[in-house]
Parts: sequence; structure tokens; C-alpha cells
Amino acid sequence: MYDVIIVGAGVIGGMLARELTRYRLSVCLLEKENDVACGASKANSGIVHGGYDPTPGTLKAKLNTAGVEKLFAAAAELHVPCTRCGSLVVAFSAEEDEIVKALLERGLINGVKGLSVLTGDEARALEPALSPDVTSALSVPNAGVVCPYQLTIAAVGNAMDNGAALQLNFEAVAVSREADGFTVTAADGRAVKGRYLVNCAGGHADQIAAMAGDGFFTLIPRAGEYMLLDKAEGGRVRRTIFQVPTKEGKGILVTPTADGNLLTGPTATHVESAESTETTPAGLETVARLAAKSVPSVNFRQVITSFTGVRASVAGGDFIIEPSKTVQGLLHVAAIDSPGLTCCVAIAEYAVGLLQSMGLAAEKNPTFNGARADVHAFRHMSNEERDAYIKEHPDYGKIICRCETVTEGEIRDALRRNPPANDIDGVKRRTRAGMGRCQGGFCMPYVMRLISEERDVNMTDVTKNGGASKQLKGRI
Amino acid sequence: MKYHDIVIIGGGPAGMAAAVAAYDAGVTDVAILDREETLGGILKQCIHNGFGLHKLGRELTGPEYADVYRAEVEKRGIAVYTDTMVTAVSPERVVTAQNRTGVLTMQAGAVVLAMGCRERSRGALNISGTRPAGVYSAGTAQKLMNCEGYRVGERVVILGSGDIGLIMARRLSLEGAKVEAVCEIMPYSGGLIRNIVQCLEDFGIPLYLSHTVAEIHGRRRVEGVTIAEVDDKRRVIEATKRYIPCDTLLLSCGLIPENELTRAAGIPMDPVTGGALVDEHRETAVPGIFACGNVLQVHDLVDYVSDEAEIAGVGAASFVKNQKAKRPVIATKAGNGVRYVLPQQVHADGSEDISLFLRVTKPFGKVRYTVSAGERVLATANRLKAAPGEMEKITVGRDKWQGVAGPVTVSLEEL
Repeated sequence: MYDVIIVGAGVIGGMLARELTRYRLSVCLLEKENDVACGASKANSGIVHGGYDPTPGTLKAKLNTAGVEKLFAAAAELHVPCTRCGSLVVAFSAEEDEIVKALLERGLINGVKGLSVLTGDEARALEPALSPDVTSALSVPNAGVVCPYQLTIAAVGNAMDNGAALQLNFEAVAVSREADGFTVTAADGRAVKGRYLVNCAGGHADQIAAMAGDGFFTLIPRAGEYMLLDKAEGGRVRRTIFQVPTKEGKGILVTPTADGNLLTGPTATHVESAESTETTPAGLETVARLAAKSVPSVNFRQVITSFTGVRASVAGGDFIIEPSKTVQGLLHVAAIDSPGLTCCVAIAEYAVGLLQSMGLAAEKNPTFNGARADVHAFRHMSNEERDAYIKEHPDYGKIICRCETVTEGEIRDALRRNPPANDIDGVKRRTRAGMGRCQGGFCMPYVMRLISEERDVNMTDVTKNGGASKQLKGRI
Repeated sequence: MKYHDIVIIGGGPAGMAAAVAAYDAGVTDVAILDREETLGGILKQCIHNGFGLHKLGRELTGPEYADVYRAEVEKRGIAVYTDTMVTAVSPERVVTAQNRTGVLTMQAGAVVLAMGCRERSRGALNISGTRPAGVYSAGTAQKLMNCEGYRVGERVVILGSGDIGLIMARRLSLEGAKVEAVCEIMPYSGGLIRNIVQCLEDFGIPLYLSHTVAEIHGRRRVEGVTIAEVDDKRRVIEATKRYIPCDTLLLSCGLIPENELTRAAGIPMDPVTGGALVDEHRETAVPGIFACGNVLQVHDLVDYVSDEAEIAGVGAASFVKNQKAKRPVIATKAGNGVRYVLPQQVHADGSEDISLFLRVTKPFGKVRYTVSAGERVLATANRLKAAPGEMEKITVGRDKWQGVAGPVTVSLEEL
């Protein structure tokens, strides 16, 4: 019997698990996929939003303003790639200039610091690649970028280092409320019991709510398509470039990523389900066209991959973070769309407070350590540091992924440390092996061999992302 | 810091041939650095035959061809650092590498870049759809099959009719897979004719020209692809879309010279070849740094890689021995019907015969090539046909170069 069961190991579930291990509590994360960060947490803009956008008075506004600094602090403690690069929201007409001014006003009400409105020329002085058609811009210096899946992996890993449990491939099919708590049953028959249940199931949170007997909301899945460009394009802009919200949605952004690539997107289209993560010709065309509106010189011949993330939105637009009105001990942390990533630490703290108000006794855990050991990312080391480290750890002398300079040592580490990678995509998200310009063309067979060795599985059972995603069909 | 007269980056066919040629030209302190456990590069996974007909006068498999050169390297006692990855080259010819013993830095008298190329990925092609397992670049699938001994798929569609794709179509068929189709976005194949005959026609595999893969389907593993015909601007014609069930998609859509080290060293590049700008000795614009093989331009046959590497190896040896002062160069230009000419610049002082290598823009019938400097014709050559997939070579004798001052243009006219 765990004190708390969290359904969903995305960035919210992961950060909540970490927050709960600050107390003497037993915590179990349940995840339906073969790894953490497999839903919206791996496929989003990776933006730390300044806080000017949410409607004042909403939960989003409150948690965004509070969340920015908490996020930067957690990212530093967890050694997750993160840069406070600032952002610009650009306008292209007199009408849009007014929207920029309105965003400034809204930001001031939300308590965002450092905002200012720039003329088009002032914006171009900061970002020379901006379109000559930009007429004004809101400057948001406190904003930034963070690697969302690394943040999730690090949060879950740190929670596990502090005692939390993680069960993967746990696809919940039933939730029952008993006298002393909940039992969550998986498709494969596993059952986990806990006194409190937190619904952090992202795009499936409405289904989990219904399973627990409290299906009072319905998510509206909205897909966003992205194109990621080579690091050669990473310096095209230094800040995140948003467009003012228009009829077409919140707008296509052009941003450096925390890892030095250039990211463009997302579109916003209603789709069938959270699993509708395919890209479309029309979507990718829209991304290219609208990104070029802000930054005409983006070289789309440098695209290295495209992907789709599905937002978990609701009609009302605000987060749903509240105890169930009908099921005692159930807490919903749902409808976490943008700016959910920015808010994840603030949401976790807020959720812990709610759990305490629901009766969860929370005594400080004296052995909690919020720091996660840095991964020894070779690409960030000097030659002297590399030489010294290889002398101690010869596996770091062998480079497996040449595009991203990832060593065998880093990959073995990713297959051992919490939460250990189980598949090729898991190694990729932890180490960047396969994430560069050749997209794993050279390193995939080596990565597969290391997975096979470290995780003690046959080569023919190594998967891309769990389940039926085996790469090989057998021996010759 | 270690010193070697010549440091060669990459131990594939180009690196080995350059090393042997440099040694035989009288510079014996030569070192080859290679990231893999053994020399040979991509040849190690090319277990089909057809290698060496031009260069060695006999037909070998890829590993056999590599063995020939590896034996020559060993015989000469050339230093070989395997499992060693070069991470930087400076314009001053300091090479930084690493292996399991630590970080190595070497001062080189001359450097030969021979890093080869990589395949264009699914992401770079921007094919829409899902992202399941079972999408391979052809070379990755080739390595898994031929070096690791695994089957990668049972029902396969191949996009791109480059040579690796064609050879993999046969290889997969031999291992019992059903190759449903090879789609080529261009109206002609970029592969060698012998490969189309021996790898597709002999196995009854359909080749669809002016076709592409428009979408990939399947959530965990590929379940099918949508193929479609394209118009003359390579846009998908919606009405021609059709679904082919398959579990694997192989991509053979072009090779990209792997020039990250070259660019980082600030060496000027040719946007058309994707390789460095070089002179007739394959010296780049940075003195003492040479380039050859697929890192310089993508070749059709390994035999031609070896030829080019010998030019670079001899050039590097000459640089180490002579340290000649810079001589004036003139540019070569691609004229009508020609996509590029390599070398991009030449020393036209008449001291040696110079061969110009080129590719054409599209297939032609009977053609005449003309090498000219202004009004002056330096050479002509007639050919029965010309195709983008087949590199052409035209040699201009030393006497012809004398007095040539302006740029030299190679153009073709269809006869």
C-alpha cells in the first residue's frame, strides 16, 4: 500500500513524484508506455513562458508567474539543459501592435517583471533575422527554453533516487475505491494499491477520471506539428520568437532549443485522440510558411526531423487541479496544456498542498536530496576534461553517436541510472544519440547492442519505443 | 604533442589508398585514424561483388577490396589508430582525437580528409506520417544484415533508386523478404544500370519512376506506406496516391559528404558537391589539408575513390617534402548541361596533365563535352550517353594548359 499513486509519468507526474519524496511518503508512478515522457512531455515547444499570456485570475496565470523561477531553479538542480534566452512576441500590423500593448498590460496584471514594448527596429536590433515587416514586439526577458523530456526524465530519476517507485507498461484499465484507498489494475493484470490517487494522465486524464468514477470533464486533443532543424540553424535567432495570437491560433514560434537546435511550430488542429501524433503535409507546410513570416531566412533544407505533440486541452481553457468532489482521496491534475511545462514545479507544489488539505500527513524526509548527478555530457567538456575523464572511465573514450558526440559511457549510464532507458528512443532522449543530423543512421546498431547488453535482452527484442516496435525480424 | 608527417582522417577506401600512395611517394611517417575497430569503412558491409573491376582488374566483394588495401597498409608499417574518433582539425593541422586511452592531439605535416559520407535521413526528407520502428536508411539496414546477421523486415518498400537501395532490394530478396516496390522521385534512376538489371529486373521488383512515399503508417511498427506519383515539380499528385502494406521502409535517397570537421576548420566548401573546394592535387583552400573520396564528392564506384585518394596522397607527400610557395590558380566552371566540375581550381602552368571530373544535370543521349577558356578550346570528348549517376572524366594534357589565364568552363552539347 503506497501513500500516493500517480497515474502518468509525464513532466507533471514526474515533478509531483519528486515533490512528494521531500516528505516521508511512499510514492508510485504508473506509466502506460515503455518510458517516461512519452506523451505531450516529449513533443512540445520546450518554452519557459514569461507569464503575460494567461487570463488574469486563472490558475494558469497564478502558477505561470510563480512557476518561472521555480522551473529554472529545478532545472539547475537536476542538471537539465535550460537557457533564459528571453522571448519576443512580434506584431505585423497596427492592429497587432495593439495586441502587443494589451499583452503588456495583461503581463503587468499577472505580475511579470521586465516586460517592455519595442519598435520593429528595436526588435530587429536584438534579432537581426526578424522580418522587416515586424512592426513592434513585446520583450519578455524572463522567458527561456528547457529540454522538456530531459526535465521529465531527471524529475522521475530524482524521485526514484529518493525512494519513489516507477512501473512502466502499466496501462490502467480499472480503478477501484476501497475502504482504505485505491487499487489500480493494469491491462496485464498487475495491481497497485495506494491511499491517495493523483490523476496526471495527460491526454488520457479524462479516461482515468472516468475510470475512477469522476468523469466530469472531456479533453479536446489538439495537435501541434513541429519541424526541428540542424544545429547549423540553431543561431538563427537567440530568443524565442512568437507571433501575436491570431485567428489561426497562438501562432507559430521560431526558437533556439536548450540543446542548440532551431525549432519551428506548432500548428493547432483538432484530432481524434492523444495518440494522433502523425505529421501531415499540410501541417508541415503551414509551419514552414508561418515561421518564415517571422524569420524569413530560416533554411528549411536543414530540417532533421518533424514531429507532432497533442495538447490536453479543455473547453474552459484553464488547468483542472482540484480534489474530486465525489471520490475521496482522488486529486485531478489535468488539462495541463500550455504553459504547463513552465508551471510544472509550481503545479507540483500546489498539488502537494491540496493533498495535505485532503488529509495526507506529510512529514519532512530528512534524507531527501533534490540534486541529480550531472550526466557527463561529452559535448560540453573541454579536451582536458575529456582526457581526465576517459582515463578514469575508458568507455567515455568511444564515441558512438558522431553527430552529437555521445560516448559509449554516456549510453551505458543512461541504461543504468534512474529511470533506466529500455529502448532506442529512451537512449536518444537521455543522451541525444540518434538525435543529430543522421538521425541514428550510423549509431543505431551500436545503441541496440548496448541496450541488449545492459538490459539483458536479445538483439531481436530491442524496441524503438516498447511494445510491438521491435527493430529486427529475426536472425538471418 | 605527437607528430606525423601525414595524418589521414578515416580508414575507408579513400584513407587507405591515400596512405599507401603517400608512403610510396616517399613520406613514410603516415598515420590513419579511424573510428571503427578495423579499417575498411563502409566496404566492410558491402558483401556484394562488383568492386575492383577498373582498379584491380578483378571482381571482388567489398570486404575483399578492403583487404587488398589493408594488406598494403600493413606491409608498409603505416601507423593505424583504430577505435579513434577525430573531434577537431585546426587550420594549423593540429588533429584532436579520442579513444579509450584518452584525448590525443597530433601535429601533422599534412592532413588528408577521408571521412566519407552519410545517408539522407527520413527527417531530412520530411516524409509525413507516424514515426514507427522499421524505417531504415539503406546503409543501416545493410549493416544490420551483413555485419550483425539480422533480418530487418519481411515486406519492404524502398524509396530512392540509388545504388545502395538497389543492392539492398536484391539482398533483402535473397534473405526471403518481399520487396514490394522501389520508388524514385526523379523520372530516372540515380543508380548504375547494371544494378537496375541485376538487383531489380532479375528479381521482378517494380521500379516506379516519378514516385515518392507520401506518408508512413503504423504506430509501433511500420504497417504500410502511401506512395504517389509526383509532377515535374516533385509535388505529390493526390489522385495517384495508393497504399502499400509493408513492415519496413528503406530510404536510399542520396549521400551527403560528412564534412562537419571540414566546416569547423573553416575550409571553404562547394555547395554543389557538398565537399571542400580543391585543386588538382585535392588540396583544399587551407594549405596542407587535402580531401578525397566521398567526403569530397560522392563517387559511383570505389575504384574511382581509390584513384582520387592516390592523387590526394601524392599531393600530401609533395606538400610535406616541398612546402612550395602558393602558385596562382584559375577556376573551373560548370557550363551548359554540367552540374559541377572537380577540381574547382587548377594550377594552369602546364607542369602536368590535369583530369577534370564532372557530373551532368540530367540524362542525355550522345553528347560532346568541350573544355574551353574563353574562345580557346582545350579539349573535347564525345560520349554515347551521359547520366547524372555516372561521373565523367576528361583529361587535358599539360601542353594545352600553357597560357590559360581565365576560368575554364566544361559544357556539353547533345549531338
